[in-house]
Amino acid sequence: MSDLMKVSSNPHIRSKAGTSKIMLCVVLALMPAAAFGVYNFGINALLLILITVASCVCSEFLFDMICKKKNSIGDFSAVVTGVLLALNLPPNAPWWIGLVGGAFAIVVVKMLFGGLGQNFMNPALGARCFLLISFTSIMTNFECDAYTGATPLAVLKSGGSVNVFDMVVGRTAGTIGETSMIAIVIGACFLILLGIIDLRIPGSYIVSFIIFICIFGGHGIDFNYVAAHLAGGGLMLGAFFMATDYVTRPITIKGQYLYGVLLGILTGIFRIFGAGAEGVSYAIILGNILVPLIEKVTLPKGFGRGGEKI
Amino acid sequence: MNKAGERLFNGIIKENPTLVLMLGMCPTLAVTTSAINGLGMGLTTTVVLALSNAIISMLRKIIPDKVRIPAFIVIIASFVTIVELLLEGFIPSLYSALGLYIPLIVVNCIILGRAESYAYKNPVIPSLFDGLGMGLGFTCSLTIIGLVREIIGAGEAFGFSVMPDSYIPVSIFVMAPGAFFVLAVLVAIQNKVKMEGEKKGKDMSKIGSGCSEDCMNCGESGCSARKFYDNTEKGTDGEKKSETDTKAKADKEEITEQPEKEEKEIKTEKAAEEVSADE
Repeated sequence: MSDLMKVSSNPHIRSKAGTSKIMLCVVLALMPAAAFGVYNFGINALLLILITVASCVCSEFLFDMICKKKNSIGDFSAVVTGVLLALNLPPNAPWWIGLVGGAFAIVVVKMLFGGLGQNFMNPALGARCFLLISFTSIMTNFECDAYTGATPLAVLKSGGSVNVFDMVVGRTAGTIGETSMIAIVIGACFLILLGIIDLRIPGSYIVSFIIFICIFGGHGIDFNYVAAHLAGGGLMLGAFFMATDYVTRPITIKGQYLYGVLLGILTGIFRIFGAGAEGVSYAIILGNILVPLIEKVTLPKGFGRGGEKI
Repeated sequence: MNKAGERLFNGIIKENPTLVLMLGMCPTLAVTTSAINGLGMGLTTTVVLALSNAIISMLRKIIPDKVRIPAFIVIIASFVTIVELLLEGFIPSLYSALGLYIPLIVVNCIILGRAESYAYKNPVIPSLFDGLGMGLGFTCSLTIIGLVREIIGAGEAFGFSVMPDSYIPVSIFVMAPGAFFVLAVLVAIQNKVKMEGEKKGKDMSKIGSGCSEDCMNCGESGCSARKFYDNTEKGTDGEKKSETDTKAKADKEEITEQPEKEEKEIKTEKAAEEVSADE
């Protein structure tokens, strides 16, 4: 009985692949971006990634132990959170940023709401925004040995010109994992081929963002400008790895398209009309909060319901 | 005489308006960016609360029942105006720090709540001490929240630097989200202490709180030591012991649940009749 009637929270997946396998695949898919970040920014980036992952896993272990719950680090979701968070940190951030961020992501954003499947917000992004608000000067300082100066998006915002080829390859200033569009897309293709994520959310996100940029960007349909906005900042990382998080995306298919379009519009608004140059993380967090409403609106009709009344 | 002390204890610990009753959340979240602000707001509210409680209690036989809320508001607003002018004159720094939240004390639900549930039904001296106790409880919680936020968010306590120089302030704690974090943790600790106490067999609910001999006029329908029952509440004593969590809840329930309970009683009576008829 208990095996047949298993009541659990999402992700609901009918497959032999368990949560831990999927999470391992996501970690693997993030490896190209992480490897490029380490190659690009040096050893501090590697240390930061390791510390953040260790902090996430230890926090989850300690929380489970203190609250006398079943140990849940075996599902590897804490590792995914740690890698994602680390890829969102500036490469020269001090080590304790990873420690604090990881603990906040796991304890406050995930475990206090009931653990994996219950969190209403992507833990990595929640922690990133926490760090961004708390330690603004550290989190927006992208200067390191390899690169000095502003991120491409900040240059774009102030009206300068950028080298789009460098941005696609990833040889620019930025957070550890967001700079290389190629590395992220390789990881994303891996996930899409395995069927772990699909293109509904990233596709609608990116298309609606392009349309928004063309209309409101002030440059019209300028290929260079649009490409720079796509390759710059955390858009690719956010679209493929964070917006598609099983727990915090809508379940309904219509809802997923709606969610993607919403994220695209919000990101465009934050990037073009907002005070900062980047807006992906705030857009996705805001989208996460709206997910219950989106699901309510796009709930499919039950069989036999609706239609004309006779 | 114990009554005054009991009222103070009740307001500060047992029914702490912020952490137990969850009243007055707006100033709690908005002005506690530093310990000094929390203390100032708390004391300002305490003065208004104690004085308005006393005056409302004095006038309770004159104020007609139907217009009691407007009457309360007029009394409270007068005191708030006095306090506001005094603050502006003598402590302008606090006045500018609290800003809009001083006039908003008029509609602070702690003050209206105490006027409605205690001062309007009780003599002057207990009402005065009830106001003082509730106000001090509010002050304590606001100061603690402010202190925690100031230490974490700015590395200072009451304006003095307390953290080592290498400490980097977590500035989110002096912004709006920090207020929610700190309040949530304090309420969680409070609940934990309460649960531990109950496990050890202590009755952590509020026996005798606000309870004079005069149960008839007592606003606390959830009181487990209730000695006198009016008609509508007859026989519900057993149920009530379980719902002694917060007074606010109890007060609300008193208003909303009475008709339901009557219905229930009627239904059970009918059911009993039917059963006996069947037999």
